[in-house]
Amino acid sequence: MAEIRIQNLRKEFGEFTAVQSSSFKIEDGEFFMLLGPSGCGKTTTLRMIAGLELPTSGEIYIDGEDVSQKPARERDIAFVFQMFALYPHMNVRRNISYPLISQGMPRAQVRAKVAEVARILGIEDILDRPVSGLSGGDRQRVALGRAIVREPACFLMDEPLGALDAEFREHMAEELRALHDRMGATTVYVTHDQLEAMQMGDKIVVMNHGVIEQFGTPLDIYDKPATMFVAEFIGSPSMNFLKFHGTVAPGTTAVDLNHQSLAIPAMQEAFEGDLVYGVRPEHIRLDDAAGYRGEVLATEYLGTTQIVTLETAAGEVKARIAAGQPARMGETVGLSFNGATATLFDNQSGRALRSDLNAGVLHG
Amino acid sequence: MADVVLQRVSKAFGQTNAVRDVTLEIANGAFMVLLGPTGAGKTTTLRLISGLDAPDAGDIQIAGRSVIGDTPAQRNVAMVFQQYSLYPHMTVRENLAFPLKSPALRTPPDVIAKKVAETAEILHIAHKLENKATQLSGGEMQRVSIGRALVRTPEIFLMDEPLSSLDAKLRADLRIELKRIHESLGATLLYVTHDQIEAMTMATSIGVLDEGKLVQVGTPREIYENPVSLYVAGRLGLPRINALPADIFAGAPKGARTIGLRPEHIQHGAGKPAEVQRIEHLGDHTRLHLNLDSHDIITLTDAHTELAPGDTLAIQPTNALYFDADGARIT
Repeated sequence: MAEIRIQNLRKEFGEFTAVQSSSFKIEDGEFFMLLGPSGCGKTTTLRMIAGLELPTSGEIYIDGEDVSQKPARERDIAFVFQMFALYPHMNVRRNISYPLISQGMPRAQVRAKVAEVARILGIEDILDRPVSGLSGGDRQRVALGRAIVREPACFLMDEPLGALDAEFREHMAEELRALHDRMGATTVYVTHDQLEAMQMGDKIVVMNHGVIEQFGTPLDIYDKPATMFVAEFIGSPSMNFLKFHGTVAPGTTAVDLNHQSLAIPAMQEAFEGDLVYGVRPEHIRLDDAAGYRGEVLATEYLGTTQIVTLETAAGEVKARIAAGQPARMGETVGLSFNGATATLFDNQSGRALRSDLNAGVLHG
Repeated sequence: MADVVLQRVSKAFGQTNAVRDVTLEIANGAFMVLLGPTGAGKTTTLRLISGLDAPDAGDIQIAGRSVIGDTPAQRNVAMVFQQYSLYPHMTVRENLAFPLKSPALRTPPDVIAKKVAETAEILHIAHKLENKATQLSGGEMQRVSIGRALVRTPEIFLMDEPLSSLDAKLRADLRIELKRIHESLGATLLYVTHDQIEAMTMATSIGVLDEGKLVQVGTPREIYENPVSLYVAGRLGLPRINALPADIFAGAPKGARTIGLRPEHIQHGAGKPAEVQRIEHLGDHTRLHLNLDSHDIITLTDAHTELAPGDTLAIQPTNALYFDADGARIT
């Protein structure tokens, strides 16, 4: 069990800064996601926690102890990679028991441990099979088994499901999370898949260009994005951005967009200039009475809901509405927005303006 | 563009029956998606139509004429593969023009230039025409390889998971783009995928394959709402349809072995008590993992639900599908 605290962590590779002064805290037993596009610094951060890279500056505390300059073997962690690295010439049992044998654990004890891990992972029946003939899922289970068997203080996982196809990934994600809930070990998990992060994580750090954009619970990050990057990266389809020029002051509860008044959560700061009205697709309704108009460009059927893409004066908008509701291409319709959920951004910096909605989660 | 018809087509590779007695009609102007997991026979079907493989039995007609004896070139079909295969030493313009420069076609240079310009416009790569293929991002490369199919005027476009190697955002953009291209060109498309979102959002018609057999053909809505079997029901819908013993709720028809409940077809607040095991806040909605009589059930609720693990939630079906012991639908 472990609590991990990251303090002003920075990593440079020559001229390139991979991670810029990151600080966040991972509570004991948490399933913690490092999320971002490729090149954002998430894997570098994970590798520094593991001890596979040493930070340029800053500290990493595992249970209060500064381990930032310690080699990997002196940290009580287990690393699960995207590509399941198994020993191809050994069978499943030998693969799982290898870390214990190399630690010099007595054979009887190794046998008992492996049996227990195999039971947790549901792979008891394949213990004596060679790993070469296994399915992708079983291989991944074996790789996990090898990580679990050491009972490390924490697990570090680098896109462990990245190589699996969508359907199977869904299944493994559930399995992995259920495993975590049974074992309760702190897990740090790197992914570029926002749905995976939302689905599995207790907390999420969203990174971009080596900078932490936001840190919080999945729902806070979704509902109250701190930046336009987060708003766009989280959610599918992503948040709609309607650009306009305007002025807001503390207490403002509506903005004027193409001569239509749109409600917003009460502002807590003043701003004048290029603004962005951010609203999620599910908070838009097609409403003939609404003054804000758009032309239907495309509809995408998704079973119970559909995504309607519309061209409007302030930009393209996607709305998620019931599949049964008619929306014909070429038709012009009114759009009404659920203003209580909207976020205003400074278009220049991408920063969310402080309002009654998000004041609790924005820092600084 | 033309109708494409498969009549009782079969193809085996050694012991494996890749395609079994498939009869399928792709109407002129249709966007037909073949959906199924790996090994269902999707790609083989495509290769049989293109002429890259020959069927063991059955007939394939394009525009009312059997093409069984024709070479791939004679069939005049355009294929787009999962792995974009561009000529790395050529520019985007040269890559796009290449299919038109075949000596057999004798396309005049000004016609080629016009076609390439139009196609680049449609695919939003006009500003990259002078770039070498190797200087493009993955998404741009796949656009160019789709473009190479578009510059021609084939009888049908055959696409084999063309979006699967792209990232999520780009896939979403290209889905809409492909649909738009289909509508604006009036093209006939046969598109193979295991991605249900692609099938649901783009297809005018979906064909579901199961181990080489075509088990259902219909509009996305028909397949989703009226699947003929448990297998088909499991192909569309995320999270996947819950399959439970039919007698778990009262009211199952005679002969029913399994009740299929889509996550959104479960009513909360009445019926049998289930235990909430896990909650996933996905932003626009919440997934509830329930346990009912030791069966796992997934259902959906509001984004900001008050429910917590350990709570009890009464549930009952609102729109159940029933299946017999063979998985066939009982209506």
